[in-house]
Amino acid sequence: MLDTALMISLGLIVAAMSMNVIRLARGPDVPDRLLALDTLYVNSIALIVLLGLWLNTKTYFEAAMLIAMLGFVGTMAICRYLLRGDIIE
Amino acid sequence: MLFYVIAEGVIAFLLVAGGIFAFTGSLGMLQFKDFFMRLHGPTKGTTLGIGCMLIASMLYFTVTQREFHVQELLITLFLFITAPVTGHMLAKTGLHMHLRFTTGTRGSVPELRDEDVGQSRVARPAKARHPWRPGRQQRKPRLPR
Repeated sequence: MLDTALMISLGLIVAAMSMNVIRLARGPDVPDRLLALDTLYVNSIALIVLLGLWLNTKTYFEAAMLIAMLGFVGTMAICRYLLRGDIIE
Repeated sequence: MLFYVIAEGVIAFLLVAGGIFAFTGSLGMLQFKDFFMRLHGPTKGTTLGIGCMLIASMLYFTVTQREFHVQELLITLFLFITAPVTGHMLAKTGLHMHLRFTTGTRGSVPELRDEDVGQSRVARPAKARHPWRPGRQQRKPRLPR
């Protein structure tokens, strides 16, 4: 049952990431692409968690934590650049 | 033995629910017409999906290895704190850059009210800020330097 649920979840996450890539490619404006990148890193965290469940290891959770923190910082930096024209004033 | 069956069922349900929520959030981001509509999907649906998946992973490692794991809970808390901040900053960026939006929705944002809207770019209310200028000023879209 757990293997079936894992495969279903992996398929859904891969479909979600492909939709994010489509939006990233054809987003009409810069904030659309930024939103697509933000969702893409959140989905990659889910993919890493599912990989850890699949391989039955806890090695990858530090990578997931790092991706979460650096993705948030990157999104904030691009938002501040678009809002103020500068990141650190 | 029954405990393991119930735990497996709960973990499988949380995994599938998380996958469906993340898929729905990304589908909304792909299919909606407007940036301000598109913002709704990832900030709520995807965050809830990732929370479900991380809690499923925490339950799995807690049950199988018989010790409590807090790393997933840490990631969940961090994502639940940072997702509204990201959504707020993205909405501020969209309002700042005067993105086009559709008018087929009920209600309107107070920042975008009293303007001739449509498929064109939205400017600040020209009447309120410049009462001496006749007509509406066509403002070019502001781009970052």
